[in-house]
Amino acid sequence: MRSTGTRESMTEVGGNRTGIQTTPDLAAELLEGASMAAPSLDGGTELADAERAEYIKEGFPIGSLPTAPFGTEGKLDEDAMGMAVFLDKLSERLAFERMGTRLYDALLNKCETLGDDAAGPTIVDLEEIRDEEHRHFLLLNESITELGGDPTVQSPCADVAAVASMGIMQVLMDPRTSVTQCLQAILTAELTDNAGWEMLIDVAEDLGHTELSDKFTEALNNEQKHLLNVQTWLSDRVMAKI
Amino acid sequence: MSLDIFKEKGVSLEKQKFTWRDMVQAPTSKLDDDAFTRVRIILMNGLESEAVRFSHACARMNRDLQEPLAHIRRVEQHQQTMVNWLLPADLSPLETTIGFEQVAIEVTASVAEREPDEYMAQVYRFGLLEDFDHMYRFAALYDRMGGGDANDLLQNYTDIMPGRPTSVEHRDPSDDLRAHYDKNVAEPLTKLHAVTIMAAENQTHDYYMTIGPMFADPVARQLYAEIASIEEQHTTQYESIIDANETWMEKWLMHEAMEVYNYFSCSEYETNPRIKKIWDRCLDYELGHLHYVMELFKQVENRDPAELLPATLPEPIDFTSHREFVRETLEAEVDLRASGPDFVDLSEDPERSIAYREQLNSEGSPSETVAAGYTWMPGTELTAGVKTRVKGA
Repeated sequence: MRSTGTRESMTEVGGNRTGIQTTPDLAAELLEGASMAAPSLDGGTELADAERAEYIKEGFPIGSLPTAPFGTEGKLDEDAMGMAVFLDKLSERLAFERMGTRLYDALLNKCETLGDDAAGPTIVDLEEIRDEEHRHFLLLNESITELGGDPTVQSPCADVAAVASMGIMQVLMDPRTSVTQCLQAILTAELTDNAGWEMLIDVAEDLGHTELSDKFTEALNNEQKHLLNVQTWLSDRVMAKI
Repeated sequence: MSLDIFKEKGVSLEKQKFTWRDMVQAPTSKLDDDAFTRVRIILMNGLESEAVRFSHACARMNRDLQEPLAHIRRVEQHQQTMVNWLLPADLSPLETTIGFEQVAIEVTASVAEREPDEYMAQVYRFGLLEDFDHMYRFAALYDRMGGGDANDLLQNYTDIMPGRPTSVEHRDPSDDLRAHYDKNVAEPLTKLHAVTIMAAENQTHDYYMTIGPMFADPVARQLYAEIASIEEQHTTQYESIIDANETWMEKWLMHEAMEVYNYFSCSEYETNPRIKKIWDRCLDYELGHLHYVMELFKQVENRDPAELLPATLPEPIDFTSHREFVRETLEAEVDLRASGPDFVDLSEDPERSIAYREQLNSEGSPSETVAAGYTWMPGTELTAGVKTRVKGA
């Protein structure tokens, strides 16, 4: 069979080349080829799941909690365990706010460079949020120190949060992404951030740290405004294109 | 302890077997394992990569050796997989980069301190100060692009500050070539050192060339482009110190001895018992390779491998912090430049290298841009407090 994928047919298509409908003739050949093939092994995803389960069962953790003080009987007592969990979550929030500051730095640079006047944040709006993220980072730094922890520790939750948000930074740092695409990525961060502060307040209250809980509530109020702003700017920009 | 490489025969080649589960074991912990465990993993991946690279080059030039090379190379491939796959997925490419530079600093420092040949020691110190600067530049990128603290990876063992500025490390290729050791008089340790550091630098180059395009940030992409170019220079430098008059069999023998020496070093220092077992297994396999190649050496060259190899291995690589040594070297030698094979004062920097770097940096220097005004501090520079943002900064 002579393929229809000639040089001429391949250069006819402009713009986005993904998707099966881009070149219907080639798609027909592709479907024909796939229908001629048979799997080398019967079954489905359960085999890979079983393989993954073997590694899960080995039980190696990402890492240890920032502090793991032991009680007199060599076991973590309840208070120490509570504090370790608290410090783990504080470390996570700290790392997130630190990254958030850099995210807004990147968004500011993009907005200043593009200078587009479409609906959305002003430079002053973004600077305010950026500085608030930075202040939250410093608040967490101070809080961890006051509790006797080390704010420079990367806790397991902080590490996992960094992995989860790696793509957000990639979106913001990419010179090809639009302000709207960046706001979409920031929305993911702000949603996570709001939920993170809520949890931190619950933990602080549960452990009797009311002063910290009050400070964290203030931070949550700020974050709720950030979230609402980002949602509004994003929505306005998307709707303006319809 | 020392290791008698003639007496210890390890595991014979035909008994060296792997499964995919062997090769893909649980990785190490980025947070809990000692930074030097990561240093050893990155180093040994580089050395295994060199084993495969050398083996292919040798096979392309020696038809009669192709079969024995292919058999050993297959095991090296699987050893490399087993070692490299010990790096965890939460270690990002930039974090791994910081690990690569820690290898380049601490392992090169150990080699420079132990090297018996003064000229070779100078070559290592020269390269060391350049890699030391790379660490500072990558730490600035990590801090400013992603909000991360490089010391979480370095664990206080290694300083983060400027060395010989990366922007002045760019040299005319003629100024990257050094004098080589004489294969007939050089001590075995000199040969082991040279192959070790050449391999590590070559792998660093290859790694940066692979991951550079994965970054969205154009400044990061530029920085990787720039430092990968220096790692290419370093590979050029370190391969030039090896006597090109060595026969293929001599080189093969020294490669196997180098792997034995380094796995032995890893095993001596390893603090994670699970990983130590892997080093011991690889050491046994490499001893098997070494003895296999010793026999081949006798057949092909009709010579005794003892002419080349030490009876017992030298002291292992010192996998500890070399802070004082590095600082002393920085203080004394940061202004050295290379003129052909010689090291000269800044004032004698060859015109050809000055012209080369001026052209290369004529549209800006990524390594200077990324670290403008940067001083490392615990918990990133944001710890210093909220500052008014400067537009375009």
